[in-house]
Amino acid sequence: MLKVKKKMNNSEDEGFEIIEAGKSEKHYWADLWRYRELFYFLSWRDILVRYKQTVIGIAWSVIKPLLTMLVFTIIFGRIAKLPSDNAPYPILVFTALLPWQFFSTALSDASNSLISNQSMISKIYFPRIIIPSSTIIVSLTDFGISFVLLAITMAIYRFVPNWKMVFIPLFLLLSIILSLGMSFLFSALNVKYRDVRYVIPFIVQFGMYISPVGFSSSVVPDKWRFLYSINPMVGVIDGFRWAIIGKGVSFYWPGFILSILLTFLIAICGFLYFRKTEKTFADRI
Amino acid sequence: MGIVIKVENLGKKYIISHQQERYTALRDIMANTAKKAIKKVIGKGEALPKKEEFWALRNIDFEVSQGDRIGIIGRNGAGKSTLLKLLSKITEPTEGKIKIKGKIASLLEVGTGFHNELTGKENIMLNGAILGMSKKEILKKMDEIVDFSGVEKFLDTPVKRYSSGMYVRLAFAVAAHLETEILIIDEVLAVGDAEFQKKCLGKMDDVSKKEGRTILFVSHNMGAVKSLCEEVFLLEEGKIILKGKARKVLEHYMLGNNIFRTGKVDFSDFARNKTYSPMKAIREGWIETYEGKIAYELFMGTSFKVCFKFKASRKIYDPVFGLTIKNGFGEIVTYITSRQINKLFGAIDEGTIIFELGDVPLMPGRYHISLQLYENEEIYVDILNDVLTFNILPDGEGSAKHYSYGGVFYMKSADIKLMDY
Repeated sequence: MLKVKKKMNNSEDEGFEIIEAGKSEKHYWADLWRYRELFYFLSWRDILVRYKQTVIGIAWSVIKPLLTMLVFTIIFGRIAKLPSDNAPYPILVFTALLPWQFFSTALSDASNSLISNQSMISKIYFPRIIIPSSTIIVSLTDFGISFVLLAITMAIYRFVPNWKMVFIPLFLLLSIILSLGMSFLFSALNVKYRDVRYVIPFIVQFGMYISPVGFSSSVVPDKWRFLYSINPMVGVIDGFRWAIIGKGVSFYWPGFILSILLTFLIAICGFLYFRKTEKTFADRI
Repeated sequence: MGIVIKVENLGKKYIISHQQERYTALRDIMANTAKKAIKKVIGKGEALPKKEEFWALRNIDFEVSQGDRIGIIGRNGAGKSTLLKLLSKITEPTEGKIKIKGKIASLLEVGTGFHNELTGKENIMLNGAILGMSKKEILKKMDEIVDFSGVEKFLDTPVKRYSSGMYVRLAFAVAAHLETEILIIDEVLAVGDAEFQKKCLGKMDDVSKKEGRTILFVSHNMGAVKSLCEEVFLLEEGKIILKGKARKVLEHYMLGNNIFRTGKVDFSDFARNKTYSPMKAIREGWIETYEGKIAYELFMGTSFKVCFKFKASRKIYDPVFGLTIKNGFGEIVTYITSRQINKLFGAIDEGTIIFELGDVPLMPGRYHISLQLYENEEIYVDILNDVLTFNILPDGEGSAKHYSYGGVFYMKSADIKLMDY
């Protein structure tokens, strides 16, 4: 009898979508799938705007890594005379700049993405997570441009790439996961606390010096190496160097495993925090 | 027709913090925590910043059937926009339940997500995607959208070079071609020129009547609500205080509230032209119904009164009172003076003048009133041009689009008959 009654209730609600306090979770993944085209369109918009606005648009993604590489090569390679792991110093710097610039632009752009799209958030429904995620696509195109620059630099130095280059996508994936996790966290925090955006440039600036961008992590004393790997970008950058430069670069497994674990921890925490605060974005923004 | 929206005991609560900042800053949180900790140590208690609960909406229940066109009206802050935001899932309810059948699209603002650097065509794609259209759908409807917007020539121009009219037309065109079962519209018609507004209303009318789609429409434009909606909900302080046939609810709303203007318009501080207004004599003016309620939205063919109070600095000998009605284009529609109708008044320095206008034969639209006070029909005392504004709304079953040719004079007792050839 009871069973029948329950069934009747169900048929009454058939075809209805139910909106209730705290019940938005149910459709989350289905909605995300339904709005996948929006993800594509928003990335497309960001890329279009970035490279359309000015001639500087493209030039900037070329000039920035080149100048950074030049400065780092002079300071760390020529003046400080740090070891270069058997590779020309510019290539050593460039292999690290690839993932680092991807991470830093992704983090700074994505953290502000919710605020800069606030009219959309307060006027239209869609899974909010699409916004910070789609921003990262622009950073990926920048990464592509930088990669071409690296290839040119390697050709100039007649540096033969290693077969381990096939592993690059794996390390790139790791940095994507890290960027996404941090972006979820900071973009959501930014909605609640508007001064977070002043913290991000600091993280990016500071991070560049504590990560092995301008130097090889082999200069870090062995006993500190594991502690140094608490910065998950260390694992990513080392991975890139190992894959591109190849011989002469030792792979420090304990640090790398720590980086992977921390990356996933950050990603999960960021995602959960985003999910928790996401439904209040429209009220707060 | 089945029920497509069912709302049960819906409520939305906001917490208003009485701190002055618009948003919280992390540094304040840290500073406050530190302060509290110090206070705790020192032992001095401090009252926390006051927080107040505010129910933007509460105990809302209603049902909407397929193909219904529901208007939602109410003053600012009555909860109209909150209701639409809950229905379109932008924000979550605090209590209660909404059941929705079918795809829903909300137009809370046309042109959301438009990017100035992108061209018209690119923005159509983007805006369509934001509103929930698939790429295939957008491409299929592209020609129709472009045609409706009338900006063919500028499709490859960045929208930052568009005039605001073109911008709105393009934005609305995308929205108007959404293929959803339920369409939620908030005040989008407040923008754009009159002609385009009429086109939009016509389009929405078509969408609902021909395709059986459900529309929820929020607007301050009572004429638009009346012409588009069959049923109207009147919201006040977060509650639906009246629902029913559009005409009944609108009448109740308009007669009961003097919200269209601030009621009586105060002219004492009006800037005046010294030649035409040597004296600041006309102090206050308003329009009221024959029942004595102040109203600025009137149905065609109804009677109303235009009144003004005057107080001159000296006695006016042989005063002449006048009134001019102009249409929205500033053309004089009609005028009346006390001399015309042979009304003579003795010397006077203050009083209230009432023009009783019976069965005003005006077509729907916006009209402006000028008020005049002369001495002896030759000397200007105080002339105020276009100082009162009122709207004439379509009456009966005709929708606004049947009045889209302009025109001023309403043939109230006209009829149309069919005879044998």
